[in-house]
Amino acid sequence: MKRSHKFRNKTIPLLSTVSPVTIWLVLLVAAPLVYVFFLSFLSTDGYNVVYKFTLHNYVELLNPIYLEIYGNSFLLALLTTVVCTIFGYPFAYSMARANKRKKAVMMIMLMIPFWTNSLIRLNGWKTILGKTGLLNSLIMNLGILNHPIEILYTRGAVVLGMVYILFPYMVLPLFASIDKLDLSLLEASNDLGGNKTKTFLNITLPLTSPGVFSGTILVFIPSLGYFFVSDIMGGAKSQLIGNLIENQFKAANNWPLGAALSMLLIVLIILLVTIYKKCGGDMKDLGVL
Amino acid sequence: MTGERKAIVEIKNVNKIYADNHVVHDLNLIIYEGEFLTMLGPSGCGKTTILRMIGGFEETSGGEILVEGENIEEKEPFERNVNTVFQSYALFPHLNIYNNIAYGLKMKKVPKADIKVRVQEMLELVQLNGYDKRFPSQLSGGQKQRVAIARALINKPKVLLLDEPLGALDLKLRKEMQLELKNLQKKLGITFIYVTHDQEEALTMSDRIAIMNQGYLDQLDTPEGIYEKPKTRFVADFIGESNIFEATIKEVNEDIARIRIEVGEALGLVEKGVEYEASEMVYACVRPEKVLFSKEPVNGFHIQGVVREQIYVGNIIKSNVILGNGQLIKISRMDMDDIPKVGAVINIYWNLDDVVIMKSRAHLIRNVFENVNLGGV
Repeated sequence: MKRSHKFRNKTIPLLSTVSPVTIWLVLLVAAPLVYVFFLSFLSTDGYNVVYKFTLHNYVELLNPIYLEIYGNSFLLALLTTVVCTIFGYPFAYSMARANKRKKAVMMIMLMIPFWTNSLIRLNGWKTILGKTGLLNSLIMNLGILNHPIEILYTRGAVVLGMVYILFPYMVLPLFASIDKLDLSLLEASNDLGGNKTKTFLNITLPLTSPGVFSGTILVFIPSLGYFFVSDIMGGAKSQLIGNLIENQFKAANNWPLGAALSMLLIVLIILLVTIYKKCGGDMKDLGVL
Repeated sequence: MTGERKAIVEIKNVNKIYADNHVVHDLNLIIYEGEFLTMLGPSGCGKTTILRMIGGFEETSGGEILVEGENIEEKEPFERNVNTVFQSYALFPHLNIYNNIAYGLKMKKVPKADIKVRVQEMLELVQLNGYDKRFPSQLSGGQKQRVAIARALINKPKVLLLDEPLGALDLKLRKEMQLELKNLQKKLGITFIYVTHDQEEALTMSDRIAIMNQGYLDQLDTPEGIYEKPKTRFVADFIGESNIFEATIKEVNEDIARIRIEVGEALGLVEKGVEYEASEMVYACVRPEKVLFSKEPVNGFHIQGVVREQIYVGNIIKSNVILGNGQLIKISRMDMDDIPKVGAVINIYWNLDDVVIMKSRAHLIRNVFENVNLGGV
């Protein structure tokens, strides 16, 4: 029949292009999330997951020890974001204003570390910052101090590691928004009475704030969850939400609680992104359509 | 007309060189208070660069610019008592119209109540009452242009610099805005320095026109002067249509020159006081509407041609006449009856004061200097 022939012709190509994406999304994104969601309502007998409904895991989230860790996590994420912004803005600005060659060099400097596994790079930092590391032996050999200073395994070291790993995520959206800025607007401001500072505060900053905003989101959210950074740089001292979740799934063998903690993190992230969107943020800048 | 007027901007021996590109050559130009001066020239002639040097966005590579008698070299753009209307408007997209216009006053920390009054005045001046709460993206091109003008004028500049402000508008709107701008300038009495590549715009609006050619000021004159008495071949070519003959001087008797062109000879008045040698190379330039023709040769002229075609352009009729050496002569008339018939053999002549005879050497000498300056051959 002519009609079914037509129908088939249009559907098969359509399905063949759409379904791989759909299968991918269902298997690798939706299914695990749904599984984690169900898991968070189950109980444990200390070794294995018991299929019995409970809200206990969510009550457990309010444990004062955990609350302190959330606070700690937030503080650290905030610190990481602030440091990334302070260093990222001038970097992105000079990159946007540089000539083609300099721009390419800066971009390569930013991206090359990306090609190496971040665990290896962080361990590299360990050999620099450790008690017998490069920095301390330099300090002692130069006679500045006669005992090593403790850098590694402090909160500072964790922030350093986070900034180191997440810096490009701040710079790239900032660069994009500064690069788009029409230079004649700055000239106009300068013409109308704005010196450099006033022009920056009144024109440049407001017009590049979408970049600051997306950079903030892109740095803040991962720094809540990158447990390996605090593992390597902070040792046992620095516990973040990410570490807490990791512990529940591994050492403590309490998958339901880990799942509930994961749900908490997901809700927090959705909340942050919603605020971002409400404030006029562009989802495209986050790499989300 | 400009005799007793006060100079407001004086440009003295100004040069601009980017790397190995000499954009402005030894420019000397005095702009008077309250005048509408247009810098006219093709793109890349240096006109925008001059404007940007006056505005403070480019440094000069030599020479000085005075505004109200004061050297402005060291001054920031906002200390110069001049304001710029940018080519692409450059309205601040994150500020509404009110805040765009108020920007200059806010920067100068003018009290809020005063700002409000003056912004309102400006909105009325540019006929944008009630638009204060809108954002630039909600306005049409013409409205944006008005905001840009209001934003500059609120600072009460002595000189307003306009960089092809109507370039982005369509033809009809552009014509309206031309008149509006001209009226605004008359009403406020502020000096306008206007940059454009549109000769019609320049002729309509300006008190004086400065024609720029490859970084040189070719001619500075009133629109009539530019059109009637072009000083260089470039000016004659660039403004309106021209018939240009390459000629040599045969003799000059009192003010009347007898010139030889490739296909014959002709007569024309030369400027008083300009000396010509025998056989000197000159250009003779006649506007199409000034070209006369007859069946019989006219005394002193010997240029014969064949009418090749007639072109009807609405308000005027054009005719192309081809000479013996292949040169095309354009004739234009208001009336169909005044135009020669296609195929007719005619003798071309003109009234002696309708031709402009200019030395052709001027351009050659300049080219030599240019090469020396750049260290070339």
